[in-house]
Amino acid sequence: MATYFLRKVLYAIPSLLGISFIIFAILSLAPGDPLAEFGANPEVPAEVRENIKKSLGLDQPWPVRYVKWLGALSQGEFGFSFAARRPVTDLLAQRLPQTMMVVGIAYLIALVIAIPVGVLSAARPKSAASHIVSLITMVGISLPTFLTGLILILVFSVELGILPMIYDTNIKLDSLDGWGKQIKQSLMPIAVLALFNAGAMTRFVRSAMLENLPMDYVRTARAKGLTEWSVIIKHALRNSLIPVVTLIAINLPGVFTGAIITEQIFRVNGIGELLVTSVQKSDTPVVMAIVFIYAALVVASQLIADVVYGVLDPRIKFA
Amino acid sequence: MSNKRLVSLFSLTAAASMVLAACGQAAPAAPTAVPAKPTEAAKPAATAAPAQPTAAPKPAGKRGAGDTVRILYWQAPTILNAHLAAGTKDFDAARLILEPLAGIGSAGVPVPALAAEIPTVANGGVSKDLTSVTWKLRKDVKWSDGTAFTADDVLFTYAYCSDPTTACATASSFAGIKSVEALDPATVKITFAQPTTNPYRVFVSTQGYILQKKQFGACIGAKASTDSACAVANNAPIGTGPYKLKDFKSGDTVLYSINDMYRDPDKPFFKEVLFKGGGDAPSAARAAFQTGDTDYAWNLQVEWAVLDQLAKTGGKAVLVNTPGANVERIMFQAGDPSPEAGDKRGEPDTKHPFFQDKRVRQALAMAIDRKTMAEQLYGATGDPTCELITTEPFVSPSKVYGGIRKCEPDIEGAKKLLDEAGWKPGPDGIRVKDGKKLKVTYNTSTNTLRQKEQALVKDAWAAIGVDTELKNVSATVFFSTDAANNDTIGKFFNDVQMYTNNYSQPDPTDYLCDFTTSQISAKANGWRSPNNIRYSNPEYDKLCTALRGESDDAKRKEIVLKMNDLLMTDYYVVPLIARKRVSAIAKDLKGVKDTPWDSEMWDIADWYK
Amino acid sequence: MTAVAKTPVAARPAASSVKIRTQSEEAWRRFRRHTTAMIGLVVLVFLIAAVMLGPLIYTASPLKSNFAVANAPMFGKFIFGTDDLGRDMLARIFFGGRISIAVGLFAMSVSIIIGTLVGAFAGFAGGWTDFILSRITDLFQSLPAVPVLLLVTYLFRDEAKKVLGRELGIFFLIVGVIGALTWMTTARLVRGSFLSLKSREFVEAAHALGVSRLGIMFRHILPNALGPIIVAATLNVGGAIITESVLSFLGVGFEADWPTWGSLVFSYKDYIGINNQAVLLPAFGIFITVLAVNYMGEGLRDAFDPRRGR
Repeated sequence: MATYFLRKVLYAIPSLLGISFIIFAILSLAPGDPLAEFGANPEVPAEVRENIKKSLGLDQPWPVRYVKWLGALSQGEFGFSFAARRPVTDLLAQRLPQTMMVVGIAYLIALVIAIPVGVLSAARPKSAASHIVSLITMVGISLPTFLTGLILILVFSVELGILPMIYDTNIKLDSLDGWGKQIKQSLMPIAVLALFNAGAMTRFVRSAMLENLPMDYVRTARAKGLTEWSVIIKHALRNSLIPVVTLIAINLPGVFTGAIITEQIFRVNGIGELLVTSVQKSDTPVVMAIVFIYAALVVASQLIADVVYGVLDPRIKFA
Repeated sequence: MSNKRLVSLFSLTAAASMVLAACGQAAPAAPTAVPAKPTEAAKPAATAAPAQPTAAPKPAGKRGAGDTVRILYWQAPTILNAHLAAGTKDFDAARLILEPLAGIGSAGVPVPALAAEIPTVANGGVSKDLTSVTWKLRKDVKWSDGTAFTADDVLFTYAYCSDPTTACATASSFAGIKSVEALDPATVKITFAQPTTNPYRVFVSTQGYILQKKQFGACIGAKASTDSACAVANNAPIGTGPYKLKDFKSGDTVLYSINDMYRDPDKPFFKEVLFKGGGDAPSAARAAFQTGDTDYAWNLQVEWAVLDQLAKTGGKAVLVNTPGANVERIMFQAGDPSPEAGDKRGEPDTKHPFFQDKRVRQALAMAIDRKTMAEQLYGATGDPTCELITTEPFVSPSKVYGGIRKCEPDIEGAKKLLDEAGWKPGPDGIRVKDGKKLKVTYNTSTNTLRQKEQALVKDAWAAIGVDTELKNVSATVFFSTDAANNDTIGKFFNDVQMYTNNYSQPDPTDYLCDFTTSQISAKANGWRSPNNIRYSNPEYDKLCTALRGESDDAKRKEIVLKMNDLLMTDYYVVPLIARKRVSAIAKDLKGVKDTPWDSEMWDIADWYK
Repeated sequence: MTAVAKTPVAARPAASSVKIRTQSEEAWRRFRRHTTAMIGLVVLVFLIAAVMLGPLIYTASPLKSNFAVANAPMFGKFIFGTDDLGRDMLARIFFGGRISIAVGLFAMSVSIIIGTLVGAFAGFAGGWTDFILSRITDLFQSLPAVPVLLLVTYLFRDEAKKVLGRELGIFFLIVGVIGALTWMTTARLVRGSFLSLKSREFVEAAHALGVSRLGIMFRHILPNALGPIIVAATLNVGGAIITESVLSFLGVGFEADWPTWGSLVFSYKDYIGINNQAVLLPAFGIFITVLAVNYMGEGLRDAFDPRRGR
């Protein structure tokens, strides 16, 4: 088990190095001015721009900058943001909690929706209820989130006036009132994300269930005279959860990146929102850091998925 | 509470300074200050505009009587040291804390902030030969940490930004200065290398915020951006303004609380300011007009049909349009931008294959329907304009379309001109001369509104037999100085390009002189000089020299108008829309005086509910 | 055990090694019985036919603006009304549908081709080739898709426009990047199929008959691995259409005069309340397409898995 885990970790390191190199190369080799925001302002004279570039070390060749970046990373630093002129780690520290909270809750809710719907549509594929529910989850994945977000705003903020459309990041969670406000303002972003993810997850659950339903042990359980639902839930579902757990772990980073748009729409100061604005401003150190964090998340969740799978499924040999 | 006592001690001087402020507005020779009037969103319901007091408004209560005022920018501030700012949002967010010596009001008249009075030639503050300006500072100003504001801080700010390695974004406003010296702790003398016709270029408005020497003293040079102590200072500057920083989440929100040391004991009205950034302009407009989630929404660059509908149906805020110097314009290339020109491509000594014929330029300009474009795409947020200079005292904003010259579309006239120039319609409707088709490439930045403008212009040009290839590149490339890219505004390897530019201070001298021969963009200067149309007209160059040496306001106006006239009748620059500054202000928010010449936050101390 | 299935699609080799013809006939028979899948297929064929043939019959320009008829309602002078510039919505829906569906199909093809090649070589060759190709697959699997997509399309769009032309440049950039970021699932499925199929009798027989390695791979093994590939393909189509709309939102999609359903929804979203059909029609287009493709995918998935015959 330990060697299995160790081997996985050892695979992850070159993976992360490779990813960081690819992304750094993409950023450095791209045409255009790495000081876009200043560049976009015709009033800032060219010489001033050149000086700013120099002061940020952008006059060095990119392989040199990459090695420097790796050196800083080994000490837990992501460099300085061009736009904020402060350590990137500061910015991330401000934003990761917001993303984690909104995305985490949305993911849980999506799960709560996905498992029963997936089970239902696998067990009773031809029932009307199954069709209707799967249609609704389909709406979630086949509408762009910027549209569902806007529709929610129009209904709940503009028409009904019951939910705020601007996410306030200064709410203090030290009182019941504070929590109430926080929950209220999180409802819409969470709903959009949950709806979007529930569709994909429903399909995971459904397909895992379909794998297990024709299995011999399910037939045996039926033969023993158990009720159909207890067969489905106690036997088929329990076994289906093994692949579902791993799929959910693997899919988690996808949810974080899916949150990029939701964060933009509701002005949640998460890392996705920071990524989009930093790309537009060509704030390379921030872009680099965030993409790297996403990649680390992907690798970590793959690791977890592999391990969980290994623990849950005795057929896997830890060679 | 001792602070309060201290503050009340200042009340007398503050009252005096308010009088001074009022005087200051009338001091320089300029027409009387007419503050921006809110342009109502076409509906009677929106007529309950906020009061627009001309002088400092009568405070509705005393300091801190109001709770929180919420401001929404769809771009989020990332730094609060304005000299290292990346955009308007940073200058504006910093303005609540940092102040210049003087702001500039809507009529282009300086209003003292940290200065005791506005120096003029008349009061001896500006030397007769226009080579030096002497600012008298207020003696009652304290930084929010309680230390006194003195001439040293002003000198330091100059030292900070005049060091090229500090890489101030505001560095150009500190150029051409011979020396900045303190005559005494409350008097600063600026000596220019050349006579200057705009003595208010330095330490005034958004480019001139004063930094505290005590806080930033160790941050000159490269350390300004890389030292961690300086990074802290950049994001939490100590200031003299009405507010001080309470919390700053970079790229998201700034939370301010009252600066107890602020010089006016009655101001500011609001206890806190919540400055939120992010999202997009249409949803910012929605938050102001429809849900009332914000009290002030900035720069609502939203298609008119949408903005108009939000303003009409929302009713929680008023749309305020402030005319200024921003002009969306089409420019024709005078050099040869075609690839066939080889090494010479775009160089100023080449000639454009067909734009060298003025009749072609004029015909293209005549075909464009600026009024329809303005009405359909800009509505109340932009007016059609035939002039490049659109501000008082030179041109009244109400006269820019048809008040001085006519520029209504004239398709028949345009066709006739092209016929005269020898461009005859070909079998496919496209005009031909010497076997060559009249085909232009028309480039601009990627932006929904601009692409719609392009579509309209293309239609108009098709009607006179000109084939147009539309192009657009992302703003970051278009406005960059990337010498490898042919589509930047400086290189301009296209026939036509379009963007908005302005003069940021009421004096347009530098702006107009950017079109002189010495400013022509070429490979030798890295395609960086501002005259990117390669316009060269000896008569125009002479006018620029004359303008630089002239100090009499009436004569200056005459020269400015002549230069504008010459540019307009040469048809290399075709102004389309005089764009206004557009914001939404909650109906109960009062005391907002907008100006095109300064930060929108310049008067936040006067806001009340 | 790296070959944990990365999607709900079962990485199951076809259960029998009967001839491909009968296997596909069998699959088609099962697919036809799958009602929702058949509806999906019919709708998709109808949509493709409509956007391809529609503009031949309805010849209004999708780009010609006319303020005089701006924001016209549906079923008046214009079947689907007009937008804020008075452009014909039906023509724009046709045009947008062509691009959106083309993006979906091409991105899917890129993804399937890369995935099949990588998976086939890895599974068939084994050894070091397999190790290296599998590590590359892992590496791509670890790339955070949306951020990388955003970065590449943002940074390289002007370059792509320069090289391939204004419209095609962006088309190939988007399609290429989406494809390059989604082939890994297919590669894993194909690798799995090849691993288990290559020791089967029919492969050995081909070997004995002197068929070349490439011949064996693509003529004998690949057809037997088609099931999972087709299923993965259908899922990719809808994903690519949605992804393209995300790019429009982020401002890195197609140019304004090359509308897609995604960019239409995005550019008209603030016209809700002024011109509802302008935003609802393209959104409905995306919805129906993704729905049809997904139901088809489910049907195919069941059809290719004989144990689920119902």
